Amino acid sequence: MTSAQETGGDVRLTGISKTYGSFTAVHPLDLTVPQGSFFALLGASGCGKTTTLRMIAGLEEPSSGTVHLGDQDVTALPPYKRPVNTVFQSYALFPHLDIFENVAFGLRRRGIKSVKNQVGDMLDLVQLGEQARKKPHQLSGGQQQRVAVARALINHPKVLLLDEPLGALDLKLRRQMQLELKRIQTEVGITFVHVTHDQEEAMTMADTVAVMNGGRVEQLGAPADLYENPRTTFVANFLGTSNFIEAEIQAGAARSGDDLVLKAGDCKLTLPAARCGGPATTGGKVLVGVRPEKISLTHADDAGQIPEGRNRITGRIADSSFIGVSTQYVVHSPVCPSFEVYAQNVERDTRLVPGAEVVLHWNPAHTFGLDAAQSLLAGTTGSAGVEKVEEDASA
Amino acid sequence: MTTVTDAPPPKAPAGEDAPARGPRKRGRLVPYWLLLPGILWLLVFFALPLVYQASTSVQTGSLEEGFKVTWHFATYWEALTDYWPQFLRSVLYAGAATVLCLLLGYPLAYLIAFRAGRWRNVILVLVIAPFFTSFLIRTLAWKTILADGGPVVDALNSLHVLDVTSWLGVTAGDRVLATPLAVICGLTYNFLPFMILPLYTSLERIDGRLHEAAGDLYAKPSTTFRKVTFPLSMPGVVSGTLLTFIPAAGDYVNADLLGSTDTRMVGNVIQTQFLRILDYPTAAALSFILMAAILFMVTFYIRKSGTEDLV
Repeated sequence: MTSAQETGGDVRLTGISKTYGSFTAVHPLDLTVPQGSFFALLGASGCGKTTTLRMIAGLEEPSSGTVHLGDQDVTALPPYKRPVNTVFQSYALFPHLDIFENVAFGLRRRGIKSVKNQVGDMLDLVQLGEQARKKPHQLSGGQQQRVAVARALINHPKVLLLDEPLGALDLKLRRQMQLELKRIQTEVGITFVHVTHDQEEAMTMADTVAVMNGGRVEQLGAPADLYENPRTTFVANFLGTSNFIEAEIQAGAARSGDDLVLKAGDCKLTLPAARCGGPATTGGKVLVGVRPEKISLTHADDAGQIPEGRNRITGRIADSSFIGVSTQYVVHSPVCPSFEVYAQNVERDTRLVPGAEVVLHWNPAHTFGLDAAQSLLAGTTGSAGVEKVEEDASA
Repeated sequence: MTTVTDAPPPKAPAGEDAPARGPRKRGRLVPYWLLLPGILWLLVFFALPLVYQASTSVQTGSLEEGFKVTWHFATYWEALTDYWPQFLRSVLYAGAATVLCLLLGYPLAYLIAFRAGRWRNVILVLVIAPFFTSFLIRTLAWKTILADGGPVVDALNSLHVLDVTSWLGVTAGDRVLATPLAVICGLTYNFLPFMILPLYTSLERIDGRLHEAAGDLYAKPSTTFRKVTFPLSMPGVVSGTLLTFIPAAGDYVNADLLGSTDTRMVGNVIQTQFLRILDYPTAAALSFILMAAILFMVTFYIRKSGTEDLV
């Protein structure tokens, strides 16, 4: 998937940073995007993801560091000399040119005379062959978006940069375009670097996701890996939802394959040592995290039926909301004031209503441990966390 | 998470269009009543003077005996044959001034729109500042600037610029004052703000990301200007050139103060006919011919520049 036989289209950022006066938008950053991969930069606005993208495109000059495309150092090259094309957030289609000329723009600038067939093929690829002679403002948002993609792709860039390309579309169209973009990427095999604040979009489309926060990459990895093994509370909260329990290590693990035994309140929890991001010494504090959908909910009366070896916590249901495929519960527990649990709506237990005493239990393998010395709430507002992160960034 | 961010926008409450039905009954005359102030304005300030002027142009007589409408259309023909050099001069001078205004105004408007940053408003005020002084005073000032033996003329002379302009036939010998060049300079100076402001407005409206997109698509900065910025500023170019050319073609102050009898424009002729010779019909006919000529040129120009759907 991401293995690079040749480095022709690798994007290599080395120690790249960007400062505006006293504000650091991007802290020195090393990043390699392998040839042919679909790479997402994910984060709330103001986290430096767009600045990073613009430095690859050449629209922003890095304060330090270098940008390599394959073996070529392009740091000093102006945008029009870089083999890179961008799909802009607002598409930036030329309003005075029709769709055909918009798509042909890059070819014409490179002195290619016979553009008719190429443009025709490209418009067919994005299913806009009929609209060739219309002006951009006559098209719908989704169509404009496809023109923007076609206009960039026709140049066969080494890297295609996408700056929140789906931000202006409504939900349904966005889902459709996500699949469409993924299909095009597989078809043309060009490296895509995609900037987005939508964690679902990043996870659906990308092979590799880099989660950015405050001008730094918090964590980088495959979507499933990021989701299952977040290494910071920011990642744990920004990608999906997480429950955290503050716990103390009671017994360290002798070998790395072993489990740690933790104590939180009067509950005993086990955590695979390999999944502990904090200090794994006895007496050390860790944040125990677990995803809401990994948890099973059993009425306190049936507590005896819970198999041995599972992590368990007792609590009382404070709230429940039915959302179709699942029911979301908020459970008050002595170790965690509001524990979120998502239960699939199969064989619903009618006793599970607000006020009911319950036992929460899950497979210890789904537990992850984080360093306790960080905010529980980092990234909690998720994709709606614009204000918070901007405050952080300006602080 | 997604349930929060992706919630559909709230629907407009049902029955919102119901109360709109009430006032619709009040009659179909409402639009006309609303149009009335505009129509009255047009009648009083545009149509009536025009009709009055039209009737004057087909009158004959003299001031002593009084003028009468005799449908004497020959006045038009006589005016045209007698004064065609002044018409031609008007078009040439106004055209030259318009081109100069465009060449001088475009870089400044571009600078204000894209490069001025926090100085933008200061420069805009400076562009308009000359209007605080009378048109006449400013034009008279140019008389001093271009005076014979003055520093400007001396400098132009020593740089041999005047040799070139003399060869072009817009100056004579080593003077600038009382030559076509002086008149063109005056026109350019006086109408420059009318070029800069519309240009600035249309340049300022251009989305900066279009420049980035062009650069991203392999356009050098010069190509970006040629293929993106300039075409998108065409509405400003068209309105700027019209706002410069039309008043410049009818101007008489510059030719009067900075020119000589050899640089008289049609505006000067009209002024003389009205105020000194008191031949009202000829003056009115000249005005109409000028108006028609400008209307014709403007229509042709707008068609040609193809900016209808950009404006």
